Amino acid sequence: MGTSDEYPYVGRLAASEDRLRNLMVLGLGGDNRAYEVFLKDLSSHLRAYFRKRLARLPGEVEDLVQETLLAVHTQRHTYELDQPLTPWLHAIARYKMIDMLRRWGGHDALNDPLDDEQELLVSSDTQMMEARRDIAQLLEQLPDRQRLPIEYVKLQGLSVIEAARMTGLSESAVKVGVHRGIKALAAMLGR
Amino acid sequence: MKTDELVKMLAAGAGAVEQNVAQRRFATALGWGACGAMLIMAIKLGVRPDFYVAMHSPMFWMKFAFPLAGATAAIHMAIRLGQPGMHIGNAPTVVTALLLTVWLSGATVLLQAPIERRDYLIYGISWDVCPSNIALISIPVFIAAMWAMKGLAPTRPVTTGAATGLVAGTIAIVVYALHCPEMEAPFLAIWYVLGMLIPVVAGALIGPIVLRW
Repeated sequence: MGTSDEYPYVGRLAASEDRLRNLMVLGLGGDNRAYEVFLKDLSSHLRAYFRKRLARLPGEVEDLVQETLLAVHTQRHTYELDQPLTPWLHAIARYKMIDMLRRWGGHDALNDPLDDEQELLVSSDTQMMEARRDIAQLLEQLPDRQRLPIEYVKLQGLSVIEAARMTGLSESAVKVGVHRGIKALAAMLGR
Repeated sequence: MKTDELVKMLAAGAGAVEQNVAQRRFATALGWGACGAMLIMAIKLGVRPDFYVAMHSPMFWMKFAFPLAGATAAIHMAIRLGQPGMHIGNAPTVVTALLLTVWLSGATVLLQAPIERRDYLIYGISWDVCPSNIALISIPVFIAAMWAMKGLAPTRPVTTGAATGLVAGTIAIVVYALHCPEMEAPFLAIWYVLGMLIPVVAGALIGPIVLRW
């Protein structure tokens, strides 16, 4: 009899896919609370996934988790609602990992053609580490028209209208500033 | 900044996200790109003078049908490649089948023709300008399609660049067919395909540079 106890791997996997997918779909629909839970869950999965693959670069794991989270966030419009989520997440995680390894000049760790996308959600690791690069410091380098909207809307939790009043920018300029600023942060991490 | 703080920051005020962004970006890009291609064709080359007479020939329509089918497959492929984790689909099979059909019919016509006519069937009157004209016409579509792809997240830059180039190449053929009077299958199978391949190769070469994210 096929119970999920007999196939813990499969059961856990389907549960993670369904759970994350539901949260992601809610998030894309505008539920920021669900989206936050999604990103938090995802960061644990990413951490375990990268830690296993970057045994020789343990100091890079947390940076890569953060870089991948930013990529998932800035590219979330490329996820189609009727598609399974795991392959999408895995493709992004793998792309960012390969990109990071290339910066390190080593291609040897890429020799993993059988890297199974299902492995991404199998394990999770909530043990956060320090990232080498501090995104808060990168944020300081952004021009005011991006930095201030991010600080007010994304860090202090003000509404766009309030942030517009505080900065003297128009509401659409605040939105554009947040959007471009986050993209700029993602690009800085990828350098 | 700790990862948990980053998560909070990203989620704060994130809001709803539009759907079908890839499709809409490509629709916009190809609309503008095709307009640019038509302008280049109309200004630099001009519509073929025998347009209304040629319309009665089946080959006239074949010259649109094949590249249009190819463009449809290429657009599907490009949109899928722009979205991480998506399977490429059956578009490569469709493109291969179209190419084989074109080459096979070109070869058949050539082999059945008397030897003294073969030179004309191959070279026509414009073999020397055909590929470069197609490449020229493809430029606006190429730039527009690359712009559309830049807003997506391709994880296979060489393949994606080539597919984006194929979109430009096939659409350029459709537009060039409005100008070009050549109607022989061997000519089309060689020079049209060659012209189409120029943006494909260009896309594969610049993909890894331009399409990084």
